[in-house]
Amino acid sequence: MEAGMVTPAPALVRFSGIQKTYDGEHLVVKNLDLDIRKGEFITLLGPSGSGKTTTLMMLAGFEVPTHGEIYLSERPIKNVPPHRRDIGMVFQNYALFPHLTIAENIAFPLSVRKSSKAETQERVSAALRMIKMETFAHRRPGQLSGGQQQRVALARALVFNPQLVLMDEPLGALDKRLREQMQLEIKQLHETMGITIVYVTHDQSEALTMSDRIAVFNDGIVQQIDRPDALYEHPVNSFVAHFIGENNVLAGTVETVERDYCRVALAGGSTVAARAVNVSGAGASTSLSVRPERVAIIPNGNSSEGPNRLPAKVQNTIYLGDHALAVLDVAGNAEFMVKLQPGAHHGLRPGESVFITFRPEDCLALDPV
Amino acid sequence: MTAAPALGADNKTEVPLKRRLRRAERTRQVKALALVLPLLLFLLFTFAGPIAGMLWRSVEDWEVRQVLPQTVAALASWDGKDLPDENAYAALASDILAARAAGTLAIAAKRLNYALNGFRTILTSTGRNLKAVPEPGTARETLGRINPAWRERATWTTIKDAGGPITGFYLLAALDLTRNADGAIVAAPPDQAIYRDIFLRTFLISLAVTALCLILGFPVAYLLATLPPGRSNLLMIFVLLPFWTSLLVRTGAWIVLLQSKGVVNDSLLWLGIIDAPLRLIYNRFGVCVAMTHVLLPFMILPLYSSMKAISPAYMRAAASLGAPPLTAFLRIYLPQTLPGIGAGSLLVFILALGYYITPALVGGAADQMISYFIALYTTETANWGLASALGAVLLLATVLLALVYGKLVQSQQVTGGMKN
Repeated sequence: MEAGMVTPAPALVRFSGIQKTYDGEHLVVKNLDLDIRKGEFITLLGPSGSGKTTTLMMLAGFEVPTHGEIYLSERPIKNVPPHRRDIGMVFQNYALFPHLTIAENIAFPLSVRKSSKAETQERVSAALRMIKMETFAHRRPGQLSGGQQQRVALARALVFNPQLVLMDEPLGALDKRLREQMQLEIKQLHETMGITIVYVTHDQSEALTMSDRIAVFNDGIVQQIDRPDALYEHPVNSFVAHFIGENNVLAGTVETVERDYCRVALAGGSTVAARAVNVSGAGASTSLSVRPERVAIIPNGNSSEGPNRLPAKVQNTIYLGDHALAVLDVAGNAEFMVKLQPGAHHGLRPGESVFITFRPEDCLALDPV
Repeated sequence: MTAAPALGADNKTEVPLKRRLRRAERTRQVKALALVLPLLLFLLFTFAGPIAGMLWRSVEDWEVRQVLPQTVAALASWDGKDLPDENAYAALASDILAARAAGTLAIAAKRLNYALNGFRTILTSTGRNLKAVPEPGTARETLGRINPAWRERATWTTIKDAGGPITGFYLLAALDLTRNADGAIVAAPPDQAIYRDIFLRTFLISLAVTALCLILGFPVAYLLATLPPGRSNLLMIFVLLPFWTSLLVRTGAWIVLLQSKGVVNDSLLWLGIIDAPLRLIYNRFGVCVAMTHVLLPFMILPLYSSMKAISPAYMRAAASLGAPPLTAFLRIYLPQTLPGIGAGSLLVFILALGYYITPALVGGAADQMISYFIALYTTETANWGLASALGAVLLLATVLLALVYGKLVQSQQVTGGMKN
């Protein structure tokens, strides 16, 4: 773990030119190259059908790549069966063996490895202590709640000290509160034990909470791999900008490009300055991406010139407890969200005309949607 | 502080709440009962009734009591140590004359002949030669003259034993046991002791058929549970196909296939694998083959339903935890199919125990199972008592098996839950 953050450790897992097709016509995974470092918590994030689960299954050995090779500790593993890969896995529905007790479930990976009885017992109790479920040792999985079952599945996947632990949407079946609690527990386990975790989810907030790095999948391609904050602040394309966090999209045409910045004409005749991230040049159409919390509303009548100043019409305000959202109609986007501090929205009435403003560096010109 | 009053209120309303719950439940129960009532009545008359009747018949003993009522009454006080007194002889003579007049003597003769071979002759010859009621005091002498058997104690013990109204005679006979002249239970003479062998044979054939069904059915059920839906439906139709053809047709088909000039023998001869036809039918082999074929779906369906419930994730989890395929199968998959194996085996075994038509058609004399003898005694010799007793023993064995199975399943579900 100490190596994972500071200096780049050697890749524990390397996907090299991986392609996968099920029907011989469509590639579910298109040309995947991905390095996973030792001690890292990496999340494969994407909508369903984006190829993230297939990627995980190829790593676990339950699917065979159509093309390319996967290396685990520099060793090609395409032809190594799952039970010899030394990879622990936590499944979406826990997959605890219903006919075995909790202790027997956790002991299973040790007993198939022919560990001595004393060692098995010791490690099982240590694992039960780790998940704080010592008193449940002789229960059956069916008598446990979803969260408890997930803890047991976690302990079972960790007890044999695998090189790598895979998690396939492990918290998908839990309710929100329990899910958030388990996220923290998994994160804590990762930090204290220094294990390498590959985590698959379609929930972006889960990915942001837990990961060292996130690989955003769409349409069989990794769109971007980066730290959570970098993904949020510097998305490389519209898909990532839209998938990670809340996002407002404004369609427009590039007028001029000047080094890192460009001027973009919007519907309705206004122009704004934006960071040119993913534009091909003047005349090209583009999608502007602005985060709701980076936009300010200027009450009507105050007309000092800002760099990016757009007329808007208030549609609605939504109260969300810790903050509020104003829904505005801005340059053809009728669902333009602006995040307000509590209490700041009192003045806004539906139908009212206001101005909004945002800094050019908070506005990204990306590929057209 | 705030919780206390609420708790008190709960305690106060507890009893009425329970009563209200019961009342609400009662309406539901009545409705449920109304739904099953027609079937319940039907089963009562066609199933529970006949079974109760059979159990009663296996212990009932009415023939002698009805035909020779005075004799039975006179023998009630007899201690059985010596020959009975003159009264009993007189009662017997009067009974025989009355029975002969009514034409019922044969009924008692048949019953007594079960217990003592040759009794039929004793009774009919006595009936034929006894012209009138003997003078008082001469009954013993008269009867003894007609048939010396009346001077033997065993003859009288037999009548006393058969005097009813309840007897263990048939049940003992069904287990190859009998009572000797002193009333002690002893093994039946070897020429009558056939039922233990037949029960053993019935159990062995049923066990063999169950084992064959399990061996053949397990892989098919696994395939059914793991194939994609389209193809598994097709396979399921093949599994169910036997249900849609008559049992007789299927058994007949095996005769066609397996007889000495049948399809199998002809093919083997033609291929030069054998020189003379194999004996494939009218023996144990034919019985096992035909019964396995008929009973296979009863094994496959419970297995299939238990396998269908096993998520493929379990095998994947086992593999990811380091278990090679065989280990994963033996330690994770197989144990989860145990309820299915138990249910299927019990179903096949119990059905096989009562099999009649198939062994009767494709088995030899030494392959007939207990139901054949039950049918024989009911339809041919009209020995209802023995038929019922054999049925009762079979029923008892089946019930015991079902109980043992239920216990096993229950203990499997309960362990772990009760611990800790």
